[in-house]
Order: sequence, then structure tokens, then C-alpha cells
Amino acid sequence: MIRRDIVIIGGGPAGLAAAVAAYDAGSRDILVIERDDRLGGILNQCIHNGFGLHTFKEELTGPEYADRFISQLTDRGIEYKLDTIVTDVSDTRCVTYMNGSEGVVTIEAGAVILAMGCRERPRGALGIPGFRPAGVYTAGTAQRLVNIEGKCIGKRVVILGSGDIGLIMARRMTLEGAKVLCVAELMPYSGGLQRNITQCLDDFGIPLLLSHTVSRIYGKERVTGIDISEVDENRNVIPGTEIHYDCDTLLLSCGLLPENELTRQAGISIDRVTGGPDVRDDLETSAEGIFACGNVLHVHDLVDYVSQEASRAGQMASEFVSGRKRDHLSYLKVETSGGIRYSVPQYISPKEMEDSITVRFRVDKVYRDRKLCVYLGTTKLREQRKNIVKPGEMEQVVLLKKDLGSASGTDTIRICLED
Amino acid sequence: MEEYNLTCIRCPMGCALRVSVAGDEVTVTGNTCPRGADYGRQEVTAPVRTVTSTVPVTGGQIPVVSVKTAGDVPKDSIFDVMRDIRSASVTAPVKIGDVIVRNAGGTGTDVIATKAVGIKD
Repeated sequence: MIRRDIVIIGGGPAGLAAAVAAYDAGSRDILVIERDDRLGGILNQCIHNGFGLHTFKEELTGPEYADRFISQLTDRGIEYKLDTIVTDVSDTRCVTYMNGSEGVVTIEAGAVILAMGCRERPRGALGIPGFRPAGVYTAGTAQRLVNIEGKCIGKRVVILGSGDIGLIMARRMTLEGAKVLCVAELMPYSGGLQRNITQCLDDFGIPLLLSHTVSRIYGKERVTGIDISEVDENRNVIPGTEIHYDCDTLLLSCGLLPENELTRQAGISIDRVTGGPDVRDDLETSAEGIFACGNVLHVHDLVDYVSQEASRAGQMASEFVSGRKRDHLSYLKVETSGGIRYSVPQYISPKEMEDSITVRFRVDKVYRDRKLCVYLGTTKLREQRKNIVKPGEMEQVVLLKKDLGSASGTDTIRICLED
Repeated sequence: MEEYNLTCIRCPMGCALRVSVAGDEVTVTGNTCPRGADYGRQEVTAPVRTVTSTVPVTGGQIPVVSVKTAGDVPKDSIFDVMRDIRSASVTAPVKIGDVIVRNAGGTGTDVIATKAVGIKD
């Protein structure tokens, strides 16, 4: 069987940063496997600006950000395969892929980095009643059709869901000459970044209807209109509140789901809140030598954070291949409560961790004037004032090794919001 | 004195800014970096945006190339810039940074490519 030191599944922002970092940590035998016909992943269609301020200290568009990392990869001579799909990963790090020139190939990997990204929640998962005419797209599909394939997808548009891609597409369609009638959001708050509401909706006078959803789609061949209704606190449509919009297009921006079919096949433990694998502070999953980073792990708002996280995964995978072994009994569970839905990582080893670790998390609704508290057992380690926290914006807290040093094996680390 | 509550759009942090205007005096608070102070000042005096879009490519590996204004343009000129972008086209190959439209919408700012497009095989 072919043996490679590090196999990275996915050549998007996470896979690219992981590969470069693994190389810089000393690994040379690295292979990146990408199913599309080019590297860069979703960045290729994210033509708007706002990327790279943390990483490159300048404001780039998605394709420019991808190009920086692709250059870093090719400058180092790191091998990658395009048009190649991974069909299986085993918990013993055997990776099976196939493509048109080699057929089906299995590689034994010293370490595997999962960097498959995420997918959009499709219409079928939303339970919208009505026919299935043409003209209903997920926002990301629309983004690809417009920004990569150069297609015009509609003239009068309604958007359901206020995720960032939906907001970005509201502006994009407007600039392309379409009329975006409104963005309807089921929840009483937006799932997108406030800055995107400002520059994509407010700039163009596009209304954001919170606590509203699509209650009917009209049209058999093509969308001819939709009804939007208000919902109650249980997210049920309130009869009689429907507003009709004549439109030819409905975009859906209703959440992203980490793409973990391969992870599940490998029998790796999945966090039911994030939909991604459970990881330790070195980003290793429950399978030894298999690491995860980027949107396959949990959905990020910022590609810069994906790159940071993936760099650590690359470095840790490289150290693993070089023979570094961790004490698996020393891990403490990170528990979340009081409005915090999850944390990544889910486990931290006070003994093995680096001097500090950034723990990222999301909250379950909008909270104002709360304290973010971190406990080790019953001891409060950290308290930080938060004026506002929102589900649409990922939060983070830095934990220090010196603060966790006193932990005993039965302690847990708890992150919560308090009044 | 006038007060504005703005969301900084200079980076995805999206800091909540409070901008006070008293005559020629503009004070910005709530920013976490100097870019936020600049944004707040600019936004209440002469707001600007970067415009991004696509332009058709003849003979390219992909049908359109992504483009952006090389710098910020006045917010009022967004649709003037778009009019020029929408009537532009380019022939492959295209490199990142190639000028696609000069002086877009009369703003004095060029529109440049943000993606490389090779010649179709």
C-alpha cells in the first residue's frame, strides 16, 4: 500500500493553511486531495471583500485570499490532487480516493487532516409547503452561478434566512440589476454578521423581516410569487399575517452544516450541537492521528479564524507524525451552560496543552450585559464583561496553561454566561 | 451636536461605533482599531465603499472574472461604477491586479481583477 505522512482531505481555506503549516513544522510528505477542479474551495465564489485583515493585515476578496495560500502551497512544492474525491477514511488512517486517471487508490497515512468544509441546509430540510418550481436556490448555489458561471438567475428576488451568504447575495443581486424585495428571517435575530446587515441590506434599503418565514411558494414551472408570514414565539406561522410578493426567485440562506459523512464512516465521535467531530486542544478527533479544522469542525464566520485553526491542525499533525504522543488520560471536558451552546475544542489537557488555548463558542440567543465566566471545577478562573453576544457571531475566550495547572482528573472546565 | 450609532464595516469584527459630530469636530468611540475611527469619521462625512463584481472573459477557463475597485469609491457612485463594470469585458489570460475598467463611473478609481483566469485549452 502507498504510504504518505500527512493526507489532507479538502483544498479549501482549511486544507491549504493546514498543509502550509505542516510543511513549516518540518513535514515534507504531504498530500492535499480536492474534489473540485481548482484549489481554494468556497473562497473562489466569495468575490466580496473583507477577508484577510487578521492574516495578511490587508483587506482582500475571497479569490485573492485563496491565491495567497495557493501560492504558499506551490512555493513549498506541496503535492495536491484535483478532481479527486475521497470515498472512505478508516479510524486506522487508511484514505481511499478515486479520480479519472488513477481509478480507486488507498493510501495509508501517518496522519489525516479532515478539512471538508460544510454544506448549505437545503430546501428539503426546511419544510416549506408548495410546488417545486425552478427559481428556488440555496444562496451559495446562486452565488456560484452568478460569480463563477456568470449566469443571471432572476430579476425579482426574495431571500429566506439572514445568514451571511444570503446577505451578501442580496447586495450582489442588487448590483447585478435585480430587485431584492426583502430578507425574511424565522428567528427574532439575524444569523449573519451585523456589518453585513449594514453594508448589504441597509445600504440598499432592503428590509429585514425578523420572525417571518415563507408560508407558500406559487408557480409550477417557475416561481411566480411567494407569501411571507409572521411567526409566533414557537416559530409557527400566524394565520392571516401573510404578505404576497410577486417574484421569480427565492434564495435560501438557512444555515450551514459541517460535511462529516467521511468522519462518521470512520466511526469518529461527533458533537451533536456543532455537527462536527469532538476535538481535543490539539484538534485531534476521537481517532488517533486524525485531526479536523475549519468548517467541517464547526461553522466559522471568519476565514481568518479558519486559517488560524487549520494552521494549528497542520502543526499538530506534523508533530504527531514525528512521534509526539499525548497522555490521553489527562483530558478535561469543556462543558458549556447558561446560554452557551458548544465549545471547540471539547477537551483540553492542562498537562499537554500549549501555554494558551483559544476556545471558540456560540450562544443560543442574543444576550446583553452578561458576564462570560470560566470555571475549573468550582473555582472561577476568568470573568469578562460582554455588552452583547449574538448567535450569529462566534465568540472566543483564551485559557492559560498556568490557570489550569491545578486541575485534577475529575474536574471539568465550564464556560457560561452569568447575569 | 449630532450622534450616530454605526456598525463598522472595515472588518468582520463589526465594532459598534458611536460617532458624535459637533461642527467640524467628529469624535468616534467604540472602535477597537484606528481603522474604525477612520470609518466612523468617513461614514458621517463622505461615506465610501469597495465595489466587487464580475466581468465576462472571452476565451477563458471560466466564463467570468471577479473584480473590485482598487480603492474605496463614494457610496453615491456605486451604481455608476456598476454601469461601467456591467458593460466591460476582457480577453483571457487575466492576472490578479490587471486593470479591467479605468476611472470607473468617473470616480478616478480603476476596477481590477481579483482572480487569475487562464486561456481555455
